[in-house]
Amino acid sequence: MNLETNYLGLKLAHPILPGASPLVDNMDKVRRLEDAGAPALVMHSLFEEQIELELTARHYHQDRHEESFGEATSYFPDDDEFTLGPDEYLERIRRIREAVSVPVIGSLNGIRLGGWVDYAGLIERAGASALELNMYFLPTDASESAADTERRMLEIVKAVKGAIKIPLAVKLSPFFSSLPHFTQELEVIGVDGIVLFNRFYQPDIDIENLEATPHLELSHPAELRLRLRWLAILFGQTKATLIASGGVHRTQDVIKAVMAGAGGVQVVSSLLKFGPEHLQTLIKGLSSWMEQREYESLKPIQGSMSLRHAPNPEALERANYLRMLQVWRT
Amino acid sequence: MIAPNNTPSQPERVTLDANDAVASVAYRLNDAFAIYPITPSTPMAEIVDQWTSRNRLNLWGQVPQVMEMQSEGGAAGALHGLLQAGALASSFTSSQGLLLMIPNLYKIAGELTPFCLHVAARSLATHALSIFGDHSDVMACRQTGFALLSAGSPQEAQDFACIAQAATLKSRVPFMHFFDGFRTSHEINAVTPLSDEVLRAMIDESAVLAHRRRALTPDQPVLRGTAQNPDVFFQARESANPYYDRTAGIVQAAMDQFAELTGRAYRIFEYEGYPEAERVLVVMGSGGETVAETVAWLREKGEKVGVLRVRLFRPFSVEHFLAALPATVRSISVLDRCKEPGAAGEPLYQDVVSALWEGHQNENRTQPVVVGGRYGLGSKEFTPAMVKAVFDELKHEQPKNHFTVGIVDDVTHHSLPWDSELDIESPEVNRALFYGLGSDGTVGANKNTVKIIGEETDNFAQGYFVYDSKKSGAMTISHLRFSPRPIRAPYLIRTADFVACHHFPFLQRFEILESAARGATFLLNAPGEPESIWKRLPREVQEAIVEKNLRFYAIDAYKVAREAGMGGRTNIIMQTCFFALSGVLPKETALEKIKDSIEKTYGSKGRKVVEKNLVAVDSTLAALREVNVPREAFNGTPRPPAIAEDAPDFLQRVTAVMMANKGDLLPVSAFPVDGTWPTGTSKWERRNLATHIPVWDPDLCIQCNKCVMACPHATIRAKFFDKEELTGAPQTFKSTKFRSRDFPDHLYSLQVAPEDCTGCELCVHVCPAKDKAEPGRKAINMEPQPELVAQERENYDFFLELPAPDRTQVPGDVKHSQFLEPLFEYSGACAGCGETPYVKLLTQLFGDRSLIANATGCSSIYGGNLPTTPYTVDRDGRGPAWSNSLFEDNAEFGLGLRLAVDQRAAEVRLLLPDYASKLGDDLVRDLLDADQGTETGIAAQRERVAGAREKLKALPDGEAGKERILHLLDYLVKKNVWILGGDGWAYDIGYGGLDHVMSTGRDVNILVLDTEVYSNTGGQCSKSTPMGAAAKFFVKGKPLPKKDLGLIAMTYGSVYVARIAMGAKDSQTLQALKEAESYPGPSLIIAYSHCIAHGYSMFQGMDQQKLAVQSGAWPIFRYDPRLGDHGKHPLQLDCRPPSIPLSEYTANELRFRAAKGDPERAEKMGRLAQDHVRSHFRLYEQLAASSFGIVPEGNGHDQK
Repeated sequence: MNLETNYLGLKLAHPILPGASPLVDNMDKVRRLEDAGAPALVMHSLFEEQIELELTARHYHQDRHEESFGEATSYFPDDDEFTLGPDEYLERIRRIREAVSVPVIGSLNGIRLGGWVDYAGLIERAGASALELNMYFLPTDASESAADTERRMLEIVKAVKGAIKIPLAVKLSPFFSSLPHFTQELEVIGVDGIVLFNRFYQPDIDIENLEATPHLELSHPAELRLRLRWLAILFGQTKATLIASGGVHRTQDVIKAVMAGAGGVQVVSSLLKFGPEHLQTLIKGLSSWMEQREYESLKPIQGSMSLRHAPNPEALERANYLRMLQVWRT
Repeated sequence: MIAPNNTPSQPERVTLDANDAVASVAYRLNDAFAIYPITPSTPMAEIVDQWTSRNRLNLWGQVPQVMEMQSEGGAAGALHGLLQAGALASSFTSSQGLLLMIPNLYKIAGELTPFCLHVAARSLATHALSIFGDHSDVMACRQTGFALLSAGSPQEAQDFACIAQAATLKSRVPFMHFFDGFRTSHEINAVTPLSDEVLRAMIDESAVLAHRRRALTPDQPVLRGTAQNPDVFFQARESANPYYDRTAGIVQAAMDQFAELTGRAYRIFEYEGYPEAERVLVVMGSGGETVAETVAWLREKGEKVGVLRVRLFRPFSVEHFLAALPATVRSISVLDRCKEPGAAGEPLYQDVVSALWEGHQNENRTQPVVVGGRYGLGSKEFTPAMVKAVFDELKHEQPKNHFTVGIVDDVTHHSLPWDSELDIESPEVNRALFYGLGSDGTVGANKNTVKIIGEETDNFAQGYFVYDSKKSGAMTISHLRFSPRPIRAPYLIRTADFVACHHFPFLQRFEILESAARGATFLLNAPGEPESIWKRLPREVQEAIVEKNLRFYAIDAYKVAREAGMGGRTNIIMQTCFFALSGVLPKETALEKIKDSIEKTYGSKGRKVVEKNLVAVDSTLAALREVNVPREAFNGTPRPPAIAEDAPDFLQRVTAVMMANKGDLLPVSAFPVDGTWPTGTSKWERRNLATHIPVWDPDLCIQCNKCVMACPHATIRAKFFDKEELTGAPQTFKSTKFRSRDFPDHLYSLQVAPEDCTGCELCVHVCPAKDKAEPGRKAINMEPQPELVAQERENYDFFLELPAPDRTQVPGDVKHSQFLEPLFEYSGACAGCGETPYVKLLTQLFGDRSLIANATGCSSIYGGNLPTTPYTVDRDGRGPAWSNSLFEDNAEFGLGLRLAVDQRAAEVRLLLPDYASKLGDDLVRDLLDADQGTETGIAAQRERVAGAREKLKALPDGEAGKERILHLLDYLVKKNVWILGGDGWAYDIGYGGLDHVMSTGRDVNILVLDTEVYSNTGGQCSKSTPMGAAAKFFVKGKPLPKKDLGLIAMTYGSVYVARIAMGAKDSQTLQALKEAESYPGPSLIIAYSHCIAHGYSMFQGMDQQKLAVQSGAWPIFRYDPRLGDHGKHPLQLDCRPPSIPLSEYTANELRFRAAKGDPERAEKMGRLAQDHVRSHFRLYEQLAASSFGIVPEGNGHDQK
């Protein structure tokens, strides 16, 4: 059975990857993921804010107390001993590269041009085989138009792309006026893959303490459908690898994503829930499903249910909506 | 820092201080270090520890071992063991630390052990503690059998570290190599570093081998440490004489060898001056540099003077001394940097007198006149003018003996007058003074400037930095010299060519321009437009600028910093201005070098930080303006007096002078003779530190008083009062209806002390009351201070005059506890300090009856560092009586206070029945049997005492015992003894005493302000440091859990123990303090204290306390042995099982981030720490649930 796939130009043994998650923070789990058959590992994101704030925070918390009191010209061991978020991240990539034989994909998360872009190059030098740029952006400024926003995003992608030689994937939100157009723009810049989609962090409200509270829930299989639709729409419209992320829990979810056009499928929630070994279950499941249906490789499956190839493409477009509404009314 | 090993090419010259220079040599020449932090030697220990963590090698290719001990006494024991087992071992210490080593010094010397101890010499605590330099400590060791070698500059300190080590190996006599604390240990100057090759050439490998061969080993067993009897002890003690006889020669030989290798020649007694001098000063340490410089100046004026610098003080070689002294000398003055009260003279003087007498007794020579004098105690300035005064005195037929110089002694009239205007420095020396705010980075930038000029140009550079006694809003003064020739000036700059004031408000408080030379450049950082600066200057500053014809430049560096995204860090901006204006380097070159150094300094901190600094440099010159100085327009407001005019006389005469930085001018008669100072002085020093202060919104406030409780500086206060009290209130004074069932119809007010608040924001952060429509707004919000200060000053003064509540009527909950008057206020602790809220609460609850024994550390510094101190009194004049004994003995000291108070109380109880007929039986009975368990009980007893006093006073004078019992009456009111200190004291150096005191059953209350690190000396690891936290001496994160002091104390079963965290549960904190005080035996309270050494913003301190408890890192509990009497379990856990992962707490603090560079280790450590927290909490749960035994007898219940 040939499950091989082209993922951002990397030849992977199969399309099911552990996505960006805290699993990579634990070397034991990293090894278990490799043992479970992970063809590559995606690092969790290094945030622009993390890079900029932590560096300046160190400066702030450490330096401002130095040299102001005769008995203590400093309060911490020498700077070099402190590895904060960004450096720790690079060090972790190095260690994971040493510990496993599969490629490691770095992940950066940022929305404004700035010094953090340098970290793309640093991630590459730390040994990452590819980079995923997560563009988690919340437009809150009414004076910035959609076009402005997109222009800004493209500038950032361009800067990041220019800083590295390894392949680059861009992880997007589903909220674009024209995702196919934006995808094409990304392709022009040279982006090698599109990850659909990042899951918005949605704060809750504490009604007693009058505070917004951080909240993050694991994904649900129902979330896959949004991905399926856009994979199906984008497949064939771009040469970039399409990657599903969010809502992939079971073997059939993997198969659906590939059918819609995904060249790779990222899994997180189910691995957090069932452990790294769940990856093996998914791989075996895919393999045996293909075997039972006499598929020899992924090639005929990939995109078979895309807008371009599906026997009932209208189901993926507005017509489906209309029909469903009518069904519901009746 | 000098690279410690195998550096292929050594730079010709580096700029560093003696601590750095000595550590570099000691590191390379030793196997092992047993260390303990003490100012000012701490940096040496930190450096060697840092290098071991980086696996740097010593001369023999090994990474030395570094072991932090629990005290210097412990370090000395470990050193003795190391040496006996054949190691080359060393350590660094000062002051009391050195005293703690003395017993082992005798042993090490008695056993003829090669060893070199490096000492940054410092005063000993006598009438007061002083962290500063003199020779009191090393002179207290001159009898131990150690050789004493004295260095006078960073260069000499480095070189002598090597020479001492070479000589100890050859002579077998152990060496104490010392240099002046701060003046040399912290002075940055040019040093030619020593290469490994030189060190290797200096160290005799056969001597090393011989030392190794003498090691205790079972393969060739010997016995040392015998007990000897009268028959042999004496002879055996004399058997080592030949070794001492040879030592001076060995040291001189080592110096000669060193000269051959390096070109730097030293003599054990080194004469410098006119070859046929008539007047000679004999001196040790950095003072020798000053004398030498002055001698050169006097010789130019034709005076026949010289200086004999003593390098090797012990063994004192009479032969070498006499040989070095010019035969022509007619009078000698010996200068000692220490005081030996009651002695015939100070130590060096006595040795010189003996040497001269011994040397000349067989010769037919006229003895020169010899006098001795003291100088420079506690880092008192020692200047060329003072040296000249001493030489001038020697011109007299009978010069004054046992004189002092550098102070005005108007009591015993020992002091010599000197010309304070005399300035002998060459005009080619460029001198600059910088007045900076502690947190603005001025010192760091100036160190960098010294490095740039000293290492990258042909000039020599010197930097010395004077720090404030306060930890918040502190002023730093940087003294920088640059010169084409080496700089030998170990004293502060008197007149400067460049004066910079980096913090505008300093102009209101200090005479910044006093030291500006005529025509000097004055650079001022001031908010607002430089064009409008003139009229905002105090009149005195305007006058000084005109009178001295200063070139005046101004910049709003805050604005430049803000725009460059650097917050309040103005250091690079002001450094750029200095280079642009001073002309020390061509401007373009200077800017280039600053930028290079930014890359080097901040490169490791990320591009962003580098970029911000570079942007700041580029914007600086555009923002810098020369101010047009009007010749006569003195329109500024005169500077306000340092202290309010209604301050008590002593404060006017003494404290105010010290506050204005002019304490040097005070004569001896100004001072208390025994170190006794008045309390309640911090209120007179209104420092206006905060840029923003809290402003109260009465409509939103729920009157919980949590802000008052959390305030570290007692600058936000609440009162309730009768409506009528509002009469005469200032217009802007705010009050609202008091929400209280107990006090209907009263008003409530929350008021900030606008000039004392540090702006830490803890109060705002703990405030739970939010505006419902706009939850970002709270019942208190920070607003700019300058616009509020005038009105709030008036409001605060009015507020203070409102009546304090009747203590007997105030309910005991958290809210009401905060109406009690704090008797600890406006301390110099850091903004947002985590310790002081506990101290303040203690004084609110019991301060009017407390004696406080305070261990040395942060709490003794903010508690007792002059000029002003925070402990104060209530309206009746009662308040905490406070004292600091030492670091190591505080529990014992506190116990002593308790015993004395008990003894006085027992005495009055014994006497009282004899006065029954005069006082009345009922009164005497009530006085003796009074229940003083409540405030009401205390008040009633005070009333009885007052009644008894009146009756006793009415007795005829001369009535037997009248005065005695009158004096004792107050002891009938219950007094409590509090023993305060940090974790360095309680867990480490003072633990033995603390344990013993707990075992005595006596009624003392121990409050451990636990920051989990040695805060005062800069964040060294203590046994309280938790697993995974990085601290100095555990730079990669501590791999083992912290000691559970509470659990250990509980094992007595008779000690009240509580662990508290105000930010997690303030009611538990309050309850624990009250229970501890009421418990009639020993009590131990361990209080979580957030600290700047944890690495986060202190306004979040209380939040972190909560997370510490929620994660299980800091379980809070109370263990009350009394509960056992009622069949209850003494241990009550006051928190729930851990509800959040440990990482949720630790991730917020920089100290837990050090191990992350090694992810696997970090992961393991994180897991172990989490496991430990869980299992440790389970242990507590089991203890709380288990059956318990009978509380042992003698638990203190029966102690009175």
